[in-house]
Amino acid sequence: MLNATFRVSYRDDIKLFQTKLVKFWILAFFVFLILFPLIFDRYFIYLANLSGIAIIGTLGLNILVGNTGLISLGHAAFVAIGAYTSALCITRLNVPFVASIPVAGVTAALAGLIVAIPSLRLRGLYIAVTTFAFGFIVEHVIVRWDAVTGGPDGIALPPASIAGLGLDTDRRFFYFLLVMVVVLTAFARNLFRTRIGRAFVAIRDHDISAQVMGIDLARYKILSFSVSSFYAGVAGALLAGYTKFITFEHFTLHLSIEYLAMIIVGGMGSILGSIYGAVFMTFLPEGIRLATDLVRDTYPLLTTRFAALTTVVNGLIIVLFLVFEPEGFYGRWKTIKAYWYNWPFTY
Amino acid sequence: MTDFLQILLNGVSLGSIYAIVALGFVLIYKATDVFNFAQGELMMIGAYICYTLIIHLKLGYAISLFLTLCFCFVFGIIIEVLILRPLLGKPVFSVIMVTVGLAVILQGSVSLIWGDDVNNFPPLFADRTLHFIGISLKPTDIWIFAATVLLVIGFFLFFRKSKVGLAMRGTANNQDIALLMGINVKRIFSLSWAIAASIAGIAGICYANVLFLAPDMSHIGLKAFPAAILGGLDSIPGAIAGGILIGICETMAGGYLDQIVGGGIKEISSFIVLIAILMVRPYGLFGKAIITRV
Repeated sequence: MLNATFRVSYRDDIKLFQTKLVKFWILAFFVFLILFPLIFDRYFIYLANLSGIAIIGTLGLNILVGNTGLISLGHAAFVAIGAYTSALCITRLNVPFVASIPVAGVTAALAGLIVAIPSLRLRGLYIAVTTFAFGFIVEHVIVRWDAVTGGPDGIALPPASIAGLGLDTDRRFFYFLLVMVVVLTAFARNLFRTRIGRAFVAIRDHDISAQVMGIDLARYKILSFSVSSFYAGVAGALLAGYTKFITFEHFTLHLSIEYLAMIIVGGMGSILGSIYGAVFMTFLPEGIRLATDLVRDTYPLLTTRFAALTTVVNGLIIVLFLVFEPEGFYGRWKTIKAYWYNWPFTY
Repeated sequence: MTDFLQILLNGVSLGSIYAIVALGFVLIYKATDVFNFAQGELMMIGAYICYTLIIHLKLGYAISLFLTLCFCFVFGIIIEVLILRPLLGKPVFSVIMVTVGLAVILQGSVSLIWGDDVNNFPPLFADRTLHFIGISLKPTDIWIFAATVLLVIGFFLFFRKSKVGLAMRGTANNQDIALLMGINVKRIFSLSWAIAASIAGIAGICYANVLFLAPDMSHIGLKAFPAAILGGLDSIPGAIAGGILIGICETMAGGYLDQIVGGGIKEISSFIVLIAILMVRPYGLFGKAIITRV
């Protein structure tokens, strides 16, 4: 019987690919991804690129929220810091786009470190409120600090390029993003095979027990914040490089909530979940657009007030998933998988 | 000196609205241990319902106010039963996010139903300005302040004297023991949401009276977080003190700091205060110091 849960050693338990079948499907999926830009039209590639950026941001947020159990309502602030750092590096200091990405990540990580400090003494709700306030402050600083951030006008960037090769088409950017997503996903996956990742999970499950087991809470909480913000910063830099134009409007509370929605929909504390959630939430507005187009004649208001409708659906998705499927798509997928493995037994 | 007094007075009048919104936070938190991120949106819903009743259905002011409060009351119960009750005993994250999701839904629904335009709310009180030793004052401000004071006294008496109030305090203190004492905890939860939603409705009508009616007004709910936390999340007098202090802090920052630091400090001053309080005294000025720390 093909059963992935039978393991006889810890080495087996933390293996990257649990079975040969998993390896095969991942390979097949990669072939599909490499062919993706050749099969689909420009608009789909554009959406795929946006989901790629969202995957990176969501992976980071999931490390913090899903795996360490620290709630962040201000993730957009770190994305903003990354985006503006990258934009400033490129426009003011003539740093190449690729070099600006790690700079953006590190700057965001430093910001994460600062936010982590007040959170050390706090828990749950209070961390949520602190990060929320931080997000609000960053948003206002961006709007008001015209000299650096361009204020409400934002910053326009030159087309990104990598070693002389322009990343100006959606297709080229897709391949670049694919590499970034694979590297960062592999990093996140491996992080949870190390002591650090296990420490994060221990803090989430019970912080006092974790401390008793010899985990330095302050250090690991700060580390979690920094890693998470690094991912957010990278996502921000990629967003800036891809859209070639950033304003504060990209980085409001709505973005933070959207990222949280992604991890709720996908699955808390799961890497696959982050990916499912990011892709689902990026393609969702398109689904809604198709649906409203169908009923355009009967309900024209839905088309004119499309943004509001999307907001309502996003909120509904958050609430419905929390009430009916708190483990998200990943949890549902696990249940279905277990069902097939164990059939005809029900457990 | 008159400048200072004027700024102080504006702060108190702005703070009164924050205080009413913060009162809603505190009520829900005290009874159910939930921090309701959708308080600002509930407030907006109340204001829009009242607006529709007055403008579109052409009802009188008093009857509209009454119907709005009834609506908010029922709406609060519906939210509690449909959304919060299934999450009883779930992790903090789920509970926080469900109220955030609720906020997003309400925000979107208001834009969907009423549009994004800014509307003028029909003024409840005569729109004239009183002058008093160099300070100008609007009757609306006085009424709102009076409403705040009345609400506080009302709730103080409600919690001290009435049986339901006692049951609510008991539930807040310890849910298990409250259940053992024969208190219907579910009903208490619904009731606190209903009351909090009605308070939010009152706050919404007050705010719309002073400024405007638009989907942006839910931001006031965000400003009331610092107020609720400054006062202490489980303290009713704290909510009032916190609200008024945050109001004063904002107008002071707007009046004095803006010229020095550059614009915009008014908007974020309350959040800076918030982070400072959380670092120093997370349970607020009047809250009980039982909030678990690591």
